[in-house]
Amino acid sequence: MPTSYTELYFPVLVQALIAMGLAGGLLTASYILGKRVRNRVKDMPYESGIVPTGDARQRFSVKFYLVAMLFILFDIEAIFLYPWVVVYRELKMFAFVEMLVFVILILSGFFYMWKKGALDWSGTDLSRRRR
Amino acid sequence: MLDLLWLIPAAPFASAAVLLLVGRRMPRKVVATLGVVSIAVSAIVSGLVAIAFIGSPPPGNAYDQHLWTWIAVGGFHPGIALYLDPLSLIMTLVVTFVSFLIHLYSTEFMAGDEGYARFFAYMNLFVASMVMLVLGDNLLLLYLGWEGVGLCSYLLIGFWYRDPANGRAGQKAFIVTRVGDTSMAIGLFLLFHMLGTLNIQELMARARADWPVGSGLAIAAAALLLGGAVGKSAQLPLQTWLPDAMAGPTPTSALIHAATMVTAGVYLIARTHVLYEIAPAVQLAVAIIGAATLLLAGFSALVQTDIKRVLAYSTISQIGYMFLALGLGAWSAAIFHFMTHAFFKALLFLAAGIVIEALHQEHNIFHMGGLRRELPVAFWAFLAGGCALAGLPLVTAGSYSKDWIIASASPSPALWAAAIAGVLLTSLYTFRLIFLVFFGTARTPVSKQPGVAEQIPVWVLAVLSIVGGSERPAYRPFMAHLFGATPKPPEALSTIAAAAAFFTGLVCAWYFLRGDAPATNPLARFWYAGWGFDWLYGRIFVRPVEWAARVNHNDVIDSMYDGLATLARFVWRGLALTENGKLRWYAAAIAGGTLIFVALVIFL
Amino acid sequence: MPGNFATASDVIRFLPEIILAVMGTLLMILDPLLHRRSSNAFGHLSILALAGALGGAIYAYLNGGPAFGGMLMVDGFATFFGVLVIVAGILTILPSYRFLARQGAETSEYHALLLFSVAGQCLMVAANDLIMVFIGLEISSISSYILAGYLREDKRANEASLKYFLLGSFATAFFLYGVALIYGSTGTINLAGVNVVLSGPGAPSLVFVGVAAALMFVGLGFKVSAAPFQVWTPDVYQGAPTPISAFLSAGPKAAAFAVFLRIFTTAFAPIGHGWEPLVWASALLSMTIGNFAALQQSNIKRMLAYSSIAHAGYVLVALTARSEVGTAAAMFYLAAYAFMNIGAFAVVSHLSGKGERYQNIEDFSGLAQKQPLAAAMFSIFLLSLIGVPLTGGFFGKFYIFKAALESHLVWLTVLGLLNSAVAAYYYLRILVMMYMREPAEATEAVEPLSPGLRLALIVPAIGTLFLGIFPNWVLDFAGKSSVLLK
Repeated sequence: MPTSYTELYFPVLVQALIAMGLAGGLLTASYILGKRVRNRVKDMPYESGIVPTGDARQRFSVKFYLVAMLFILFDIEAIFLYPWVVVYRELKMFAFVEMLVFVILILSGFFYMWKKGALDWSGTDLSRRRR
Repeated sequence: MLDLLWLIPAAPFASAAVLLLVGRRMPRKVVATLGVVSIAVSAIVSGLVAIAFIGSPPPGNAYDQHLWTWIAVGGFHPGIALYLDPLSLIMTLVVTFVSFLIHLYSTEFMAGDEGYARFFAYMNLFVASMVMLVLGDNLLLLYLGWEGVGLCSYLLIGFWYRDPANGRAGQKAFIVTRVGDTSMAIGLFLLFHMLGTLNIQELMARARADWPVGSGLAIAAAALLLGGAVGKSAQLPLQTWLPDAMAGPTPTSALIHAATMVTAGVYLIARTHVLYEIAPAVQLAVAIIGAATLLLAGFSALVQTDIKRVLAYSTISQIGYMFLALGLGAWSAAIFHFMTHAFFKALLFLAAGIVIEALHQEHNIFHMGGLRRELPVAFWAFLAGGCALAGLPLVTAGSYSKDWIIASASPSPALWAAAIAGVLLTSLYTFRLIFLVFFGTARTPVSKQPGVAEQIPVWVLAVLSIVGGSERPAYRPFMAHLFGATPKPPEALSTIAAAAAFFTGLVCAWYFLRGDAPATNPLARFWYAGWGFDWLYGRIFVRPVEWAARVNHNDVIDSMYDGLATLARFVWRGLALTENGKLRWYAAAIAGGTLIFVALVIFL
Repeated sequence: MPGNFATASDVIRFLPEIILAVMGTLLMILDPLLHRRSSNAFGHLSILALAGALGGAIYAYLNGGPAFGGMLMVDGFATFFGVLVIVAGILTILPSYRFLARQGAETSEYHALLLFSVAGQCLMVAANDLIMVFIGLEISSISSYILAGYLREDKRANEASLKYFLLGSFATAFFLYGVALIYGSTGTINLAGVNVVLSGPGAPSLVFVGVAAALMFVGLGFKVSAAPFQVWTPDVYQGAPTPISAFLSAGPKAAAFAVFLRIFTTAFAPIGHGWEPLVWASALLSMTIGNFAALQQSNIKRMLAYSSIAHAGYVLVALTARSEVGTAAAMFYLAAYAFMNIGAFAVVSHLSGKGERYQNIEDFSGLAQKQPLAAAMFSIFLLSLIGVPLTGGFFGKFYIFKAALESHLVWLTVLGLLNSAVAAYYYLRILVMMYMREPAEATEAVEPLSPGLRLALIVPAIGTLFLGIFPNWVLDFAGKSSVLLK
C-alpha cells in the first residue's frame, strides 16, 4: 500500500512527465526536421485562394454588445424564477417576500436601463447622455 | 473648585492658538481683549484654586488631576496630569497674576507695533507653557513646558526680527540655554532609566528609598539637572545670554527674563530637592554657584550704562540669592524670594519701560536724569521697586525674603559674607540707577506720559513689592501653608548687617556714583563686559566650532549618505523596469508570485 | 416555515448594508428622474446615506452579536472597520463635488457605485464565513472596477479600469480556489468552525490547508496591494479619478485587511507558523518595493500608489507579529492611514485641474504662497505619512514596530525602520516644492477652495492630529476588539 502522498501520486507524476515529454519532443522534432518557406503568399490566409480584401476585423456598433449583455443579465435573473416556483409551495410567505425583493430589484434595474436610453436603438437618447 | 485646575494652562493655550491662526485678521481691540482675558481667567482660577486649597487642604496636602493618558506602552504610560501642591500653587499664583498685570501693561506698551497679535500669541503661549512646566506631574510634561518657555523666550527676544542683532540675541539665548537643556534631558533620561517612572513624586520617593546619601547615581542625576537649571536661570557659567536677551520688548523682559521663566531653574531644584538632599556635594555646589553669581553679576550691574542691562544683571544676581538659599537647604526661602523678586523686578522693568518710552527709546542712563518731576509715576514705582530690590529693612518685601536667606547662611561664614556683600552691591547699583535717572539735570525731553493700562499694573506691583512679604500676623498661616514653614525669626546679627550694608550702599551711591560719564578704568570695563565670559566662550567654543565647520565644508559624513542615495536610486531604476504597463507581464507576475507562495508553504 | 424569516436582530445588525444598498438603488432610479437639475443633490444624498449607515453601524454595534445564523458577526472589530470604511466613503465624496463638476461628469452612478462599494466593504468586515467574505469582496470590487474607469472619455481611466478588472478577477479566482480547498479539507466555511477543525485531532494535512491559506493570501494581498501582487497599483491609481484613487487606498484596502485579520487570526490561527513566512516575506517585499520605487516618481498619484504599497507592508509587519497587540496596531494604523491618505489625495484632486492635467510633483511648486491652508494641510498629511510625532502616522508605526519587537521579529523591524527612513525622502520632496519654490503654472491656475473641499482637508487633518495626540482612545477600542477576535 502506498502510504505517503509522494507514493500515492507517483504514477500521476510519471504520466504527466511522459505526456509533457512526448508533446514537447514531437514539437521540437518537427521544428528541427521541418522545412520552412516564408514569403508574402505563404503568410496570407487561405493560400492559393481568393486574394483577401480589407481588414479581417470588422467593427460592430457597441449597441449590439449592449443588447447582448442586457439579454444575458435579464435572462439569468428570470431563470431564478423557475426553482422558486418549485419550492414556493413549501416556503410559502417567506418565498413570496424574498422573491418580491428580488423582482423589485430587477424592476428598478430595468427602469434605470430604460430611462437611460439603453433600449433606444436609434441611439439619440444614448448619445445625448454621454458624458 | 480644584477640578478647575486644567483651565489655568488651557485658557492661555487656547487663546494663543486662536491668535496664531487668525490673529492677523482680528482688530487690535479683540486681540488685546482675548490676550488679557485669557490670562485673567487663569489668574482668577488660580486664585480660586488657592482659596480652595488653603481653606481645606486635600489629603496629603497635594491634589492630582489626571486629564488623560497620552499613550500606554508597557510600563511607559505618561499621563497628561496636573499636580498641585504648595510649591506649584505659589508658582502658579505668582506666574498667572504677574502675567496678567504685564499683559495689561502690554496692551498700551505695544499699541503701535505691527506684530500686535503675534506678540500676544507668543506671550499667551509662554504663560501656558510656564504653567504646564510648574503644574506637570511627570517629567515629560515638565520637559514640554521647559522647552515651550525656551521657545517663547527665543521668539520674543527676536520679536523685532528686522534688526539682525535681535535675532542673534535670540539665537544666543537659545543656544546657551540649550547646553543646559541637554544636560537636563540626560538627567531626566537617567532618572527614568534607573527609577522606572516618569511621575515626579514617585521618582522622589523611589530615589529616597533606593539611593543612599552620596551615591554616585544621585550625584550624577542632581548634577545633570543642575546643568539645566543653571542654563535656564542664567547662573554661572551659563549666564551670558540674559543681558543680551534684553533685545526683546520690555514687557517680555519683565515677564520672561525677570519674573518667571528665569526662575524655572529654581523651581526645578526645589521640585527635585530630595535628589539634592541625598547628594550633598551637588547641593554645596548650588550654594557656591549662587554666591559666586550674585557677586559677579552685582559688580557687572554696577558699571552698566543701559537701563535694561542693569536690571538684567540684577536679575542674575537675585537668582543667585535663590540658588544660594537652595544650596543651603532653605527651599522655602528660595521660593519666597522668587515671589517677592517677581513682584519688584517686574515692577522695575515696567517702570523702565515707561522711562524708555517717554524718552524715545533711549536706553542709556547717562542720557537720562531729572525725571523725578517729569515722570512721577515711574519715579515712585522705581523707588518702591528699588527699595524692595536693595532690601530697605522692615518696610519692603524684598528685605524679608533676603534676610531669610542671609539668616539661613549664617552657619557658613564665607557664604554669609558673600550674601552681605551682595546686599551692599545691590544697594549700590540700585541707587546709582535711581540717582542717575531721576535726579540731577534733565538731558532728554519727556514725550509721553503713561496711560491707565500702564499705570494700574505699576501701582499694583508697587504695593505688592512693599507688603508682599512682611511678617504681619495675618500673613503667617498663609506662609505656613505655602512654604510648610514660617520665616525664620530674623537673627539680630544678620538683620543689622544687612541693614548696615543697605544704608552704606545708599550713601556711597549718592556721594560716589552720580558722575556724568561712565567709569572707564580697566576694572570697570572688565565688569562692563560681564567679566569677559563672552570673550572667553568666543575663544574656547565659538571659534573652534567655526573652524571645524570651515574645514568640514564639504561634509565628510554627508558624502557617505550620498553613497546611500546613489544606491537607492540604483534600486529604483531596477524597480522602474517592473512598471512597464503591460498587462500580460502583470498577470505573469501575479501568477509567479502565487507559485512562489504556494511553494513556500509546501516546502517550509 | 416562518423560522426562515430574518429576525429583528438580524435586520438591526445588517442595518448599514441595508441602508447603503437601498439608497444606492434609489440614487440610480432618481438620476433619470432628476435629469441634471441639481447635480449637488446626488452628493448630498449619498452623504446622507453614509451618515445614516454610520448611525446604523453604531446602532448595530449597541445590539451586537451574530446575525443570519452566524454568517455575519457584528462585534467591535466589525464596527471599527465598518465605521472606518463609511467615513472613508464620506471623505471621498467631499472632494468629489468640485472634482466631478470640473470634469463635467456629475452623475448619480458615481455616488451609487460608491455606496455599493462601501456596502460590500461593510459586509466584508462583518463576514464570519468565507462565502460571505467572497460576496462582500465581489460587491466591493466590481463597483470599484467601474469607478476606476468612471471618466470613460479618458484613455488612462479606461486602461486603469480594464487592468484592475482583469487582474482583480484573476486574483479573486485564487481566493475562491482557496475557499474551495478549505471547504474540501475541513468541511466547513465558518471561520470559527475552521479553527476548531484545524486545532482538533485529525486535522487535515497541512499541505492542503497551507496551500489554501497561500491562495487566499494571494486574493487578499492583491486587494491590499501587497507585494508581489502589487503590480496593478500604480497604473490604476494614476488612471482612476483622483477621489477614487483615494477611496481605493482607504476603503477596500482597510476592508481587505480586516478580512485578512479575521481569517488569519481566527480560522488559520492553529497553522500560524505555516503562513507566517509568507506574510514576513510579503511585508518586507512590499515595504522595499513601495518605498524604493516611489523615490523618483514624477507623477504624484503614482508616488502615492507606491507609498500605498509600502504602507501595506507596514501593516503586514503587524500581521506577522501574530499577537493581539499586532492586531490592534494594524487596526490603529489603518485608521490613521485612511485619514492621512484620503487627505493627501484630496489636495491632489484639488490641484489637478480640468482633465487632471496637473499630476506632477513640480506642479506643487509654491502652493504655500497661493493657498497656505491647502499647503499646510498637505504638510500635515505628508508628515504623518513619514511618521513624525504628534501625528497618527507616528503612533501607527510606533505600535506596529513595537508589536513586531514583542514577537521577536527583530530583523523585520530593523528593515522596516530603514525603509521608513527612505520614505521620508520622497514625501519631503513635495514639502520642498510647496514651500521653497515659486508658484508655477498649476499653482497659479488653482481655483479657490470650495466649502466641501475645505471640509475634506480639515476633517482628515483633525483626524490625523487627533490620533497623534490622543492615540489611546482609538487604541483602547482596537485592543479590546482584537481580544474579542480570538
